[in-house]
Amino acid sequence: MSRYRIPGMGRVDPAAPVSFTFDGRRYTGLRGDTVASALLANGVHLMGRSFKYHRPRGPISAGSEEPNALIGTSRGPGRFEPNTRATVQELRQGLVTESQNKWPRLSFDIGAVNDRAYMLFSAGFYYKTFMWPRSFWDKVYEPFIRAAAGLGKSPTEADPDTYASRYLHTDVLVVGGGAAGIAAALAAAQSGAKVTLVDENPEMGGALLSDPSVRIDGRGSWAWLADQLSQLRAAGVTLMTRTTAIGYYHQNMVGLVERLTDHLDQPPQDAPRERMWRVRARQVILAQGALEKPLVFDGNDRPGVMLAGAAQTYLNRYGVKVGDNAAVVTCHDSAYYAAFDLVDAGGRVAVIVDTRDQVRPDLADAARSRDIQLLTGHTVTATGGRLRISSIRVNPVRNGRVGSGRRISCDALLVSGGWTPSLHLFSHTKGSLTWDADSQTFLPRHKTEACQIAGAGRGLWGYAEVLADGVTAGMAAITEIGRSAVATSARVEGDRPGTGSSQKELPTDRSAGKARAFVDYQNDVTAKDIRLAVREGMRSIEHVKRYTTNGMATDQGKMSNINGLMIAADALGKEPPQVGLTTFRPPYTPTSFGAFAGYHRGATFELTRKTPIDPWAEAHGAVFEPVSLWRRAWYFPRPGEDMHQAVARECRATRASVGIFDASTLGKIEVAGPDAVEFMNRMYTNPWTKLPPGRCRYGLLLGEDGFIRDDGVIGRMSPDLFHVTTTTGGAARVLNMMEDYLQTEWPDLNVWLTSTTEQWATIALNGPNARKVLEPLVEGLDLSDAAFPHMSVAECSVAGLPARLFRLSFTGELGFEINVPARHGLTLWNALMESGKAYDICPYGTETMHVLRAEKGYIIVGQDTDGTVTPQDAGLGWAIGKAKADFVGKRSLSRPDIVDPNRKQLVGLLTEDGSRLEEGAQIVLDPNQDVPMKMAGHVTSSYASDALGRPIAMAVITGGHGRMGETVHIPMPQGTIRAQITSTNFYDPDGERLKA
Amino acid sequence: MLLIHCPYCDETLPEVEFAYAGEAHIARPADPSALTDEEWRDYLFIRTNARGPHYERWRHVHGCGRFFNALRDTVTDRFVTTYRIDEPRPVLTPLEAAE
Repeated sequence: MSRYRIPGMGRVDPAAPVSFTFDGRRYTGLRGDTVASALLANGVHLMGRSFKYHRPRGPISAGSEEPNALIGTSRGPGRFEPNTRATVQELRQGLVTESQNKWPRLSFDIGAVNDRAYMLFSAGFYYKTFMWPRSFWDKVYEPFIRAAAGLGKSPTEADPDTYASRYLHTDVLVVGGGAAGIAAALAAAQSGAKVTLVDENPEMGGALLSDPSVRIDGRGSWAWLADQLSQLRAAGVTLMTRTTAIGYYHQNMVGLVERLTDHLDQPPQDAPRERMWRVRARQVILAQGALEKPLVFDGNDRPGVMLAGAAQTYLNRYGVKVGDNAAVVTCHDSAYYAAFDLVDAGGRVAVIVDTRDQVRPDLADAARSRDIQLLTGHTVTATGGRLRISSIRVNPVRNGRVGSGRRISCDALLVSGGWTPSLHLFSHTKGSLTWDADSQTFLPRHKTEACQIAGAGRGLWGYAEVLADGVTAGMAAITEIGRSAVATSARVEGDRPGTGSSQKELPTDRSAGKARAFVDYQNDVTAKDIRLAVREGMRSIEHVKRYTTNGMATDQGKMSNINGLMIAADALGKEPPQVGLTTFRPPYTPTSFGAFAGYHRGATFELTRKTPIDPWAEAHGAVFEPVSLWRRAWYFPRPGEDMHQAVARECRATRASVGIFDASTLGKIEVAGPDAVEFMNRMYTNPWTKLPPGRCRYGLLLGEDGFIRDDGVIGRMSPDLFHVTTTTGGAARVLNMMEDYLQTEWPDLNVWLTSTTEQWATIALNGPNARKVLEPLVEGLDLSDAAFPHMSVAECSVAGLPARLFRLSFTGELGFEINVPARHGLTLWNALMESGKAYDICPYGTETMHVLRAEKGYIIVGQDTDGTVTPQDAGLGWAIGKAKADFVGKRSLSRPDIVDPNRKQLVGLLTEDGSRLEEGAQIVLDPNQDVPMKMAGHVTSSYASDALGRPIAMAVITGGHGRMGETVHIPMPQGTIRAQITSTNFYDPDGERLKA
Repeated sequence: MLLIHCPYCDETLPEVEFAYAGEAHIARPADPSALTDEEWRDYLFIRTNARGPHYERWRHVHGCGRFFNALRDTVTDRFVTTYRIDEPRPVLTPLEAAE
């Protein structure tokens, strides 16, 4: 048995030893221990070094609010977790743990030099220390801050664990399985309602687990608890332990994270580590209890200093004595019970220091009967010891004056600064709070959601009161949802009621400026820091918080917020509610990214859309690239070819003979109905009325602001049917925009819109031999240039398949796009490949498509445009139907800023030295101007052109259309590149090849 | 996650089925060319940016596909009501306005 374990006490299993390591040393705990309780049983209080000053720290709590005892835990590669709270992590066989923020070791840490230099690290030190000289920022300050920032080491491997997600619908969700929560759940369940009770701990019971001496309904509290839990199960209540309610969202949705395997010696194969529950409840009952506050005095962070309630928990729940000779300092009655339990278990309590002048007589008597020295109206002004507390300095306070101090030896100090109702979830709902002057705490006031708040969470104290309140909350919840039950009541003996006062920092006879009196342990914020922040002009608690970082650590100030507020209010000479309380935000406790991600990772992060031709491309060695959600064949390298060589070959083959390209990802929308042509006239810039069936046209779509939104070739299949194509990424957006206008602006138009993107497989044939490849497969259509000229469309049969055949070109070559029902896409592809054999048909990917279109100056919306480019800017003024009275965006084209001749306009660029420009590179007109230079535009597209034997680029440049032939400059890290402004139509400018 | 009532489906469904679509009751001018630059600017860019009840458009994009209007409080994120696009702007009761 470990030195500090008391046989026969606690809920741990003495017959089940569990072995684990801490900083490489082997320890033994018991089944049911946390890492903290097991280490304490072995006499280890020192568990970490603090964030800023590297001060030695031990656990101050026994729960999820712990700011100090943060450790790294590991279960093999990829399963390392930093900043695990030792007070929460359950012991498991072989658990490997380590302390953090120390070097070379926990007991001797070089970084503790920060503690000596603490004057440098006062509030706002970031803003002050790192200001000057400016040249130090890059080389000295930033590396220093980055090295010092953060607590614990991030794992570098991918997380090998899996995480699950589920939904849950329930009538009543009770958060918190303490006395109030259990009473509420049972009351609600008796109405027949579907009830779910959750608690973050491994077992239900809350404070009852730490108060076995209380008797309820004639039984010990633990026996009563076991009976209540079996009644809950019998009533069909869903009980979820190790489940933290992390956030309370709109319309009574509560997020829960259930921890499934971290406590298991051997997790089942492929079991999820955690499960995120999204719960929708008709009524929520918040029974989260209250969190104990520390007291603020010099040296209040030394290992061995601990919340009185935590010491009581370690004793009663884990059978662990936190010291042989404890002292107590308190301003609340609850700490007395912790001291009494410790003495009754065979421990020794040297002294109870109470900051109050008056103490309840029964408590004073009970202390006296246990030989505990009671010092009322006293303060603690210092603690002694280095890695563990060894003494406290106690002074009397009379009429506000602090008398002389004396030392009292101790090896543990139990502190209680009173209790803060846990209102985090209530705060997530933007429920308002009210300051209760009597209890010096915030209590819930106005509710925004369908919830009830019960027990210590609304400031009540003592089991009798809390149990009755739980029943009331349960009854209120079921009444709200139209159910009823008979209220019950419980009889409590040996109850532990209590009251207390709230404190700013404790009075001292020493210089307050030198006191290391911690308010926020995790961020190392002292009372002095908060007073300094107020002196330096911070008035709102929100500013004090950000300036000092008080409450900004991962514990979100569960212990520090109220103490910080009391001190700030005192410094400002205001009442606490006038200074305000900072907002709590989800998650309640630190939550793993895996739980949020759930199934959305790896291959299931988002869906991958594939075309009917995709299997062929994969089988023929295509390299793919993602384009919106699609994966598209990027290029088809032959053995030994790199991307540049493959693309050059594909370009050459297409221009020389024929290339084949999978264009199935193009968005397709059918615009049908008697008013289809009127709708097209209103949506697109182009005129459509005179476009006869069988012809197609390049269509340009603007927003009302006059900027280009999308483009694509549109074919008129019949008087009342248009086959609209959109960009690959724009399909959904364009359809949404069309639907918007059709439904809300022009509901009078008789038009139907249908997305047909995935109904058609689309294959493009381009090159001088394209017709020769296609012609043998076509039935019912004369493909000659005279009968089927450029920009024609027809329905026909291709390779025996029903097809919509377009003659159009995105390459400048003779081109066709064949649409067949998607299920026949691969059949058509194979037929064309077979037919093309004689012409060395070359499959090409998106990169070659980009190069070929750039050689012709055809834009890609979203690459050469960025949402601020007008048709005129892009050189597409010809696509505007000037005779049309109106279309979407027309009015904007005459706005003064749109007709400004100095707008950025799309031009071609040819570098003088023949180098290829970087897409996105900035362009300047005068390379000799002072830095920062005035940017004149940027490169939008840049490729090595096989047809031109040199690189080409497109760019938007201010007033570019009026600068043809001028030289511009592109400053790059290696030097400035000169380039000449040209037309964007680099290849076959007269378009002779289209007419083949 | 919000639950939103689609006035066409007459069902209350998760927010992920819906898409926000800007402020409601801003009709496209019948004849934009008749507007001054300032009037057209106001139509394009000037919005209420309400703190509190806000008339706005949503689309049941992963459902029936219909655009509809909603009255939502931008402070609490609470939907006061949703209604079809051809229905008039609902008048806030004094109680709702006070919320």
